[in-house]
Amino acid sequence: MPRRKGAPEVNAGSMADIAFLLLIFFLVTTTIETDAGLDRMLPPIEPPEQDVVIKQKNIFTVNINRNGQLLVEDNLMEIKDLREAATAFLENGADGSCTYCKGKKDPSSSDNPTKAIISLKNDRETKYSTYITVQNELVGAYNDLRNREAQRLYGSDFTTMESKYLDPETPSNVRDELKDKVKRIQDMFPQKLSEAETTTD
Amino acid sequence: MAKFTKKKEGDLPAVSTASLPDIVFMLLFFFMTVTTMKDSSLMVANTLPNASEIKKLEKKDRVIYIYVGTPTQEYQKVFGTEPKIQLNDKFANVDEVGSFILAERAKKPQELQNVLTTALKVDKEANMGLITDIKQQLREVNALKVNYTTYEGDAFNNLQ
Repeated sequence: MPRRKGAPEVNAGSMADIAFLLLIFFLVTTTIETDAGLDRMLPPIEPPEQDVVIKQKNIFTVNINRNGQLLVEDNLMEIKDLREAATAFLENGADGSCTYCKGKKDPSSSDNPTKAIISLKNDRETKYSTYITVQNELVGAYNDLRNREAQRLYGSDFTTMESKYLDPETPSNVRDELKDKVKRIQDMFPQKLSEAETTTD
Repeated sequence: MAKFTKKKEGDLPAVSTASLPDIVFMLLFFFMTVTTMKDSSLMVANTLPNASEIKKLEKKDRVIYIYVGTPTQEYQKVFGTEPKIQLNDKFANVDEVGSFILAERAKKPQELQNVLTTALKVDKEANMGLITDIKQQLREVNALKVNYTTYEGDAFNNLQ
């Protein structure tokens, strides 16, 4: 009659290895989820004290209709050309006061980057994804110009400098140093992106 | 009989499993630190658009979330298929956004109340009309800092 022993004991010596393997796997693959997106400031509800007169040539109008088509400065435009057009408008520098601009100095376009305003209007039926794409391109135009100047002055991209400045883990002495640089570049190309109320018709 | 009591020669010594709890605890702590608690379950479809010029939303305690999208399958019978706003755990109308923001702001510590960001998590199929109404509401309660939350990617993928 065969003798029945209890179940043979399983060797658990490699359990720790397996656990470590799992641990390392999760350590490598897990990203602590942080949301990211386009930061924007809405205009305050109270109108400014005195009326500001803005010359028409300093305003770059972008209209999006319900079919997702763009009307830029009264001309139809494809979204892929928007970034280039916005960049050209921002650094046009017609009055010559902007020394770092490389624009065409076209007298019918913006005077200098601090005066240039991009006005974005959309229809109520415009799809959100189209709107975000347009926003992305306009912010991209600012970022391209800021990156160029940051590369010239500090040899580093503005976007990396800014994210490093905003990162709470950056040591404070590095952040203080970055603050001035970031501020200077921001002042060179201030982001003036106006979103007026939507047209209903 | 001696034959049965004799220990076999090649028998392995039992492995000590005393360190197993340590390993399990380590894993536990790891997941505890990594896991972010989801405070509200999504009741709307929420496929965000892509964008490339994005900034990270640091510090979760300074963010108020607003979700917009078409209600998911189980809610479509009651709420229809038009995009709706979800605030915390319930659907809301546009005119409730302002009071929601004020209520959320009041819950935050004093020193954070002026630095709050409103994260708009909007489905890419939504129309701008609703977003414009929300933006108007946000302006009325002076919550001017908004973040259009997106996925990182090529913005032109949105147009397809």
